[in-house]
Amino acid sequence: MQEKVLMKGNEALAEAAILAGCRHYFGYPITPQTEVAAYMSKKMPKIGGVFLQAESEIAAINMVYGVAATGKRAMTSSSSPGIALKCEGISYLAGSDLPALIVNVQRGGPGLGGIQPSQSDYFLATRGPGHGDFHVIVLAPASVQEMADMTLKGFELADKYRMPCMLLADGTMGQMMEPVVLPDPVELDNTPKDWAVTGTECKREHHIVNSLYLAPKKLEDVNLERYERYKKIEEEECLWEEFMMEDAEICIVSCGITARVSRNAILEARKQGIKVGMIRPITLWPFPKKPLLAAADKVKSFISVELNMGQMKEDVELAIRCKKPVYGCTRVGGMITTVDDILASIKEAEKGEE
Amino acid sequence: MAVVFDKPKSLTDNVLHYCPGCTHGIVHRLVAEVIDELGIEGRTIGIAPVGCSVMAYDYFTVDMVEAAHGRAPAVATGVKRSDPSKIVFTYQGDGDLASIGMCETVHSAVRGENITIIFINNAIYGMTGGQMAPTSLPGQVTQTSPYGRNTETQGFPIRVCELLSELDGPAYLERVTVNNVKNVRNAKKAIKKAFQNQIDGKGFSLVEVLSSCPTNWGMTPQKALEWIDEKMIPYYPLGVYRDKDGENNG
Ligand SMILES: Cc1ncc(C[n+]2csc(CCOP(=O)(O)OP(=O)(O)O)c2C)c(N)n1
Ligand code: SF4
Repeated sequence: MQEKVLMKGNEALAEAAILAGCRHYFGYPITPQTEVAAYMSKKMPKIGGVFLQAESEIAAINMVYGVAATGKRAMTSSSSPGIALKCEGISYLAGSDLPALIVNVQRGGPGLGGIQPSQSDYFLATRGPGHGDFHVIVLAPASVQEMADMTLKGFELADKYRMPCMLLADGTMGQMMEPVVLPDPVELDNTPKDWAVTGTECKREHHIVNSLYLAPKKLEDVNLERYERYKKIEEEECLWEEFMMEDAEICIVSCGITARVSRNAILEARKQGIKVGMIRPITLWPFPKKPLLAAADKVKSFISVELNMGQMKEDVELAIRCKKPVYGCTRVGGMITTVDDILASIKEAEKGEE
Repeated sequence: MAVVFDKPKSLTDNVLHYCPGCTHGIVHRLVAEVIDELGIEGRTIGIAPVGCSVMAYDYFTVDMVEAAHGRAPAVATGVKRSDPSKIVFTYQGDGDLASIGMCETVHSAVRGENITIIFINNAIYGMTGGQMAPTSLPGQVTQTSPYGRNTETQGFPIRVCELLSELDGPAYLERVTVNNVKNVRNAKKAIKKAFQNQIDGKGFSLVEVLSSCPTNWGMTPQKALEWIDEKMIPYYPLGVYRDKDGENNG
């Protein structure tokens, strides 16, 4: 095991990607994730890896697509406006069944928005970021430690299911410094994948990496196959963390930085005699519906605490099949929910006000 | 008995879907012959575009990747950077390379990316049914320039080789055509050089091929070949626009 070190979230994720065996990084500068590119530009040349500052986010994701087609681990990172540009490439990755890691250190929007933390790409990430029917696995870290761990996990899941994975962090996670124990370096199996383009060496049929199927039945079939895989992921890969849920009467649902603030609000509310707990989704797709549905039989209500206008709230309502009221506690624009904001929502929920 | 005609090894047995008289087929054959002659079939990876040649992945026996519209040079960059010992080429139309993908084209040239680009300039969007391309000639009638390309409102054609020749990055830029036997021979020489350059690590090599689209030009195949001589070559002069070797600099 590695030693505990103090690191910025963005740097921890960059180092973790290298430890995960990723040797190909393509990016385009944008706040608040630029440290990832800076870290990679320093490190990659020293370890025989590739750092390339692309001409745009579109080019960067297509370079990732190229490396992924050869069967190697590749990644790109950006923030909200840049992720919007990557959506075309993400759809092609999904349609060609290629693994890759896409990091989105979100900032406020829409448009150019701002550069302060946000979770307003929740819909974009969880509804399949791009055209067509598809999903990406979405991981939402809530500490610098998880920035590192989820990077590793992201590559693993992407490879396991041959699909893109998005690390969806809010700006705070990228910028904050915390102690972190980096993962041990991963030993990758370097035998060529049976689908990758590595040159035929005139010994096998050619491999084709492609998302075009002009025959409707064939295209339907590949979509159905992909959704079979998605079903398995929904069953097997949901991650979440529960906090003080044993006796909770109100359940907060929150991820990333707002989950951290919610913890403090929960402790404060309990001092005042209100039994609040939290379910923190770690995978946003697949969304941990089961624990939420189970909680719906025990708690009086839910509060979705998030840095957007209530995007995750919709998933909470769907997960609990609208069995209990779901309150929203939201701040946007780069404003971060405070303990007081959350306490106010807790009191509203306690009173049962609509 | 001497064999006078044979199919290149690097072409599959699939029947090409191109229209009768379309020169995409000739260029496919030239690329395949070059791959055979250089003995690089086993280590070549091709990138297909979005356009009439989208299904190039079914026609070459080498490993193939299908790229999004215009993104082939970026995809090729990824493939090449993943394993520089591989020979990576893109095959792109003019809408793909010079319109939606212009940024990727220019910047792969800027980086001097060690890849080979085969650029089919047929002055039209073939696959989508004959709309105006960035390379359509002034006055050219297309589905989206029904009164002829009006340079006042629709701008002027892009001369890709000339444009890229302003950059320091490219190693080799040549414009050729395939409208007669002599020109086909020249085109093959250029394509071979563009692949040889990559093998030798010389960097970005692009061959622009003036190509015909009889279907969307509304011409017989024969007339289309003549139109290349009469209309295209005067606007797009054939020749070498960059050769870092110093030979043939024209
Ligand atoms: C993002 C996107 N925009 C538009 C299209 C539609 N489209 C398909 S082929 C094509 C034009 C291709 O023309 P060109 O590159 O000149 O090749 P040609 O067909 O003439 O060989 C277009 C616009 C697409 N597939 N994707
Ligand atoms: S539409 Fe034009 S470019 Fe396309 S195959 Fe037919 S002739 Fe060739």
